Amino acid sequence: MSSNLPKDQEFLLPASTSFIVFSLFVAVMLNWLPWSGWALALRPDFVALVLLYWCTHKPHRIGVGIAWLVGIFADVADASLFGQHALAYTVLAFGGIVLHRRVQMFDLRQQAMHVFPMLLLSYAAYAAVHWQVRGYVAWEYFLGSAVSALLWIPMTLLLQSLRRPRRDPNEL
Amino acid sequence: MDDTRTLRFFNRGPSPAARLVFFSVLSLLLLFVDARYQYLESTRKVLAVIIYPVQRLTALPGETMGRIAVYFETQKQLLEDNAQLRRQHDADAAQLTQLRAIQAEDDQLRTLQELKQRADYPMQMTEIAYVERDIFKRKLFVDKGSQANVQAGQVVVDDKGVVGQVTRVYPWLSEVTLVTDKDHAVPIQLLRNGLRAVVFGSGDISEMSLRYMPVSSDIVVGDVLVTSGIDGTYPPNLPVAQVVKIERDPAYPFARIVCVPLAGVDRHRALLIVSGLPTLSERPATSETSDEPERARKRLKRRKP
Repeated sequence: MSSNLPKDQEFLLPASTSFIVFSLFVAVMLNWLPWSGWALALRPDFVALVLLYWCTHKPHRIGVGIAWLVGIFADVADASLFGQHALAYTVLAFGGIVLHRRVQMFDLRQQAMHVFPMLLLSYAAYAAVHWQVRGYVAWEYFLGSAVSALLWIPMTLLLQSLRRPRRDPNEL
Repeated sequence: MDDTRTLRFFNRGPSPAARLVFFSVLSLLLLFVDARYQYLESTRKVLAVIIYPVQRLTALPGETMGRIAVYFETQKQLLEDNAQLRRQHDADAAQLTQLRAIQAEDDQLRTLQELKQRADYPMQMTEIAYVERDIFKRKLFVDKGSQANVQAGQVVVDDKGVVGQVTRVYPWLSEVTLVTDKDHAVPIQLLRNGLRAVVFGSGDISEMSLRYMPVSSDIVVGDVLVTSGIDGTYPPNLPVAQVVKIERDPAYPFARIVCVPLAGVDRHRALLIVSGLPTLSERPATSETSDEPERARKRLKRRKP
């Protein structure tokens, strides 16, 4: 990371509300692309990742309530049961908020290892609801949580570079 | 005790744990209501209209790619395609004249035997808007909805056979559950000997299973299964699947029969919605009366051949 800020001040980077909304919107668009087959099984949950990013970096701006709302829209788009994604994202956001100080102490690789169990928990919540209602679980679904955790590193780098203000006009 | 606590200068609202409990309970409540009753369908429709533009936007890259590919198709290819289609058309036309003759004959025989006449079903063309992104389900969305008079329960077919059934209708979209969806049941008949059965989806895109058939039942590999039409949901004689594997193990009461769907369940863009459901005569008063496709399907599940 080529940061001019010391590492422990990364969380001080500004984030405008419009930028947060835009990042969530892009994540939703990525999730709704026509994935199918194995790509669908391996697809990272972009919305979960971006939600988790904002929950750990700006826990007072994005919280459980917004995660729930995004989940409801995801439910309508995916024709899943009302509250299925909402429950998963609620659990995820709670995990992110509770662990946000802890996660920020580590470097990106270690952060990804913290993020993985949280994602796994959220995926498990989704699968558990499905199992309760329809009575079976597609196990390859959980591959997505591992891919998502791996994507945490590039996504954090991207979002942080977008948040970093450009002080020098000649800087690329 | 209180002195050790940090002062709270800013009111941040309820704690995350309280919010977690609140929203989890809310989600579970919604889940329960949605799974058990149909109260939330109107809410779902309103939200679906809100997100419809975004959904179309996400489908745009794929559609644009398709259009660009079509644009760059060379003239030679187009000529070849045209010639092939014309040949196909000629062959089909020849068969169609035969079919007309057979239909007339069938009508005449039915009149003689005082049987009910076969009906033709109006169809409307539709295109796949996008495929379900949920790995647990085999569903897709087509771009005709209640604005085009699509109703839940209608059957969706392509040129080869049955693709699925409309299960939920939005203003400009409808949700189609594919025949390969887990536990989706289609009542069928063997084309060869008229044996009636029910074929179930397996949740796998290229597999269906014929359950509850005795080991001794007269089924061979290659048998074509067509809809029987006795359920009041599927019109009769639409091809559904073909038997590819049979395991007869005397230790089990039923044979394990694997079929593949005949329709390109995961291939085409253009599909047909069969409007005009067949009307069955009234059921006898003793049994439960319902014409909802959901319940009809459940009923069929119970009726083991």
